[in-house]
Amino acid sequence: MTDLLPDLPKLHVGRQRDVLRAPHAALATTCIEVDPHSDDTVALAADLLATMDVSPGCVGLAANQIGVSARVFCLDVSAHPKARTCHGRFVLVNPVIEVATRKERAREGCMSVPDFTGDVRRASRLEIRGYLPGTAEPVLIKTDAFEARAIQHEVDHLDGLLFVDRVVDARALHPRQTYL
Amino acid sequence: MSNGDSYAITVVGHDRPGIIADVTGAIADLGGNLEDSSMTLLRGHFAWTLVVTGSDPVEIEHRLESLRHNGLRISVIALPEAPSHGDAGAVYVMSVHGGDRPGIVSALTKVIAEAGGNIVDLTTRLSGDLYVLVAEVVLPADTDIAVVERNLSEAATAVGVGVTLRPEDIDLL
Ligand SMILES: [Zn+2]
Repeated sequence: MTDLLPDLPKLHVGRQRDVLRAPHAALATTCIEVDPHSDDTVALAADLLATMDVSPGCVGLAANQIGVSARVFCLDVSAHPKARTCHGRFVLVNPVIEVATRKERAREGCMSVPDFTGDVRRASRLEIRGYLPGTAEPVLIKTDAFEARAIQHEVDHLDGLLFVDRVVDARALHPRQTYL
Repeated sequence: MSNGDSYAITVVGHDRPGIIADVTGAIADLGGNLEDSSMTLLRGHFAWTLVVTGSDPVEIEHRLESLRHNGLRISVIALPEAPSHGDAGAVYVMSVHGGDRPGIVSALTKVIAEAGGNIVDLTTRLSGDLYVLVAEVVLPADTDIAVVERNLSEAATAVGVGVTLRPEDIDLL
C-alpha cells in the first residue's frame, strides 16, 4: 500500500556526500530545527536523497550522517519486503513523533555503524508530523511495520542516538557477519 | 584499533562486585588496550574472556596475581594472528531445546561442521530438565539448506530434542 504524500517541489539533483561513521561527534549530537522553506534545507534534502540512492541497501539517511546538524531525514522503504504501509521516497523536516505504539523487537544495522547489528524494540504503529522541504504546510504521516521502524531509527539519529544506544540487553549487540 | 600482539585473558570464579573494575584497572595501569570481551554468569560462576593488546602479557599476569586469592582463576595466553574468514556464506540461527541428556551439543554441532559451517556465537543453558542451545552459524554460500535441515532434524530426533534453523534477519537502515 502506498499512501501518497503531497507532491514534492521539484528538487534539483543533489550531491553525493560521505556517510560518517561512529564514533564521529556529529552522530552523537542533537540536530537543530531548520526552516523547511529555505534554500539550504531544499539543497540538503537533495543531497540526502542523492547519497541514499548510491548507497546499496540504504533505506534512510539522517542529516547528521552526512555531517549537517539539521532535523532532516530522507526515507524510501518501497523496495523492502517487510514494508506494509509505504509513503515512497520522501524527505521530512523537523519531524515530531506524535504516536508510537505496539513495540516489536528486530535486529537492525546502520551505515554509520557498519561492523555491528543490534536487537532493538521499536513501535510498529507510528504517527509523525513534519514538513516536506520547500513547503510551509505540515504533513502527518501514519504508518506501520518496517517504515515505522526506519523512521524511528532516523529520528533517533537526529537526537544523537544510534541503535547501539537502544539494544535490549548485553547479548543483543552482534558483530556484523560480512560474509554475505 | 589494534596495536601489537594480542593475548587472551580468562577470568573464572566466584562472582563478587568489583571484579571487572579490578581487572580492567590493572590492564589500563599497564597500558593495555581492552578490545573484544564477553562476560556472563554460568550457573552463578563469573566467566569472562578478554582480548587485550599492548602492554606485556607477563607483566599483566603478574599484576593480576593479586586477584587470584579472591577465588578467581586467571590465565593469560598469547594469541596467534586471527585467521581471516574470507569465505562467502550466509548466517543462520540454530535453536535447540529439549530434555537434558548427554551428547546434544555434539550431535548437532557435528552436523554443522560436516556441512562446512562455522559456529560464530553459542549459548547453552540448562534449567531443571530443560536444555536450550542457540547458535549463530555461518554456512557456505552454496549450501543446500534443505539437506542441512534434514540432517539436523535426524540428529535432533536421535537425542530427543527439537531443532530449528532460520536465516538471521537483519534490517539495514
Ligand atoms: Zn542509521
